[in-house]
Amino acid sequence: MEAYGYREGLRDGLPIGLGYLSVSFAFGITAVAAGMTPFQALLISMTNVTSAGQLAGVSLIAAAAPLTEMALTQFTINLRYALMSLSLSQKLDGSMGWLQRLIFAFCNTDEIFAVASSQPGTVGKRYLYGLMVMPWLGWSLGTILGAAAGSLLPEFVRTALGIAIYGMFLAIILPPARRSLPVRLAVVLAGGMSIALFFLTGIGGGYRIILCGVTVSALLAWLFPGEEAAP
Amino acid sequence: VSWQVYLPYVLVMAVVTYLVRAVPLTLVRKPIRSTFFRSFLRYVPYAVLAAMTFPDVLFSTGYTLSGSSLPAWSAGLTLPWAPLLCAAVGLLAGTLFAWRSKSLLTVAVVSCAAVAAAQACCLLFFR
Repeated sequence: MEAYGYREGLRDGLPIGLGYLSVSFAFGITAVAAGMTPFQALLISMTNVTSAGQLAGVSLIAAAAPLTEMALTQFTINLRYALMSLSLSQKLDGSMGWLQRLIFAFCNTDEIFAVASSQPGTVGKRYLYGLMVMPWLGWSLGTILGAAAGSLLPEFVRTALGIAIYGMFLAIILPPARRSLPVRLAVVLAGGMSIALFFLTGIGGGYRIILCGVTVSALLAWLFPGEEAAP
Repeated sequence: VSWQVYLPYVLVMAVVTYLVRAVPLTLVRKPIRSTFFRSFLRYVPYAVLAAMTFPDVLFSTGYTLSGSSLPAWSAGLTLPWAPLLCAAVGLLAGTLFAWRSKSLLTVAVVSCAAVAAAQACCLLFFR
């Protein structure tokens, strides 16, 4: 018997969807500024559903980067979803067969993962399907609104909205960094290394993220291995 | 961007992102044994997002290193690097609110509001 059904999923997804609305609005503006049409921006959001990957993707398209750099960058930035999917795969009940897992995987974002894994016991397909709806709608709707209406806004407002997506990144990385020393080190080292590479070398944005992410994560996994090291 | 250029990129983005999410959820049903690899995966999100945020957040308000194509609102100010300064104010506000574990929506909105306030101050006091 499922304690949480479709309705509860919808309800829990609503605040995520609202948060996505504002961030994807900013993404829409960024994508159009990088040369996409509003429909092209929308199509990226509808098929990717990931803030960091899309932001990096848009700048790689604008820079006419090779497809291999795009693939490697997406793989590294989104590697965290593999971890989340791994963790969540242990929490699914019997209603989540192959097909259901393939469908849910599409929308396994940071926030959906956080909500799903914070539920007591196991979770089933009704709850998870409900949970996916609002975030996906919010992410898509915000993108098309930002892409279409963004150019109507005064430049003063558009430049202020550009920071929204980084605000979201800070909201994801800083609370765990406050609680855990190794995570704090990961944030400081990766941020510092990225700044150094940016100013001292001409390395492309995608490879810079890969290099920092892999080097710092490997170093910390070597220095601070174990379950309690990171939340 | 023309569709001939756009479609291969978006296809690569969507397929790679989907596979990264779907493969572990369907194929890997046993827990990973290697402590090193498990810890590595745990650190990846924080390291990647930090590398994406710094230094890029400082350019999110339209500041460019070359000083070309700066936002039109900042033209004619007596304050040099005004967009950079506004981004730094937004970063500071976002950091403070995120550090206190405010929600995603709150931190995003506060960062934008701080940038807008800083831009307004620049226009008021440094024209």
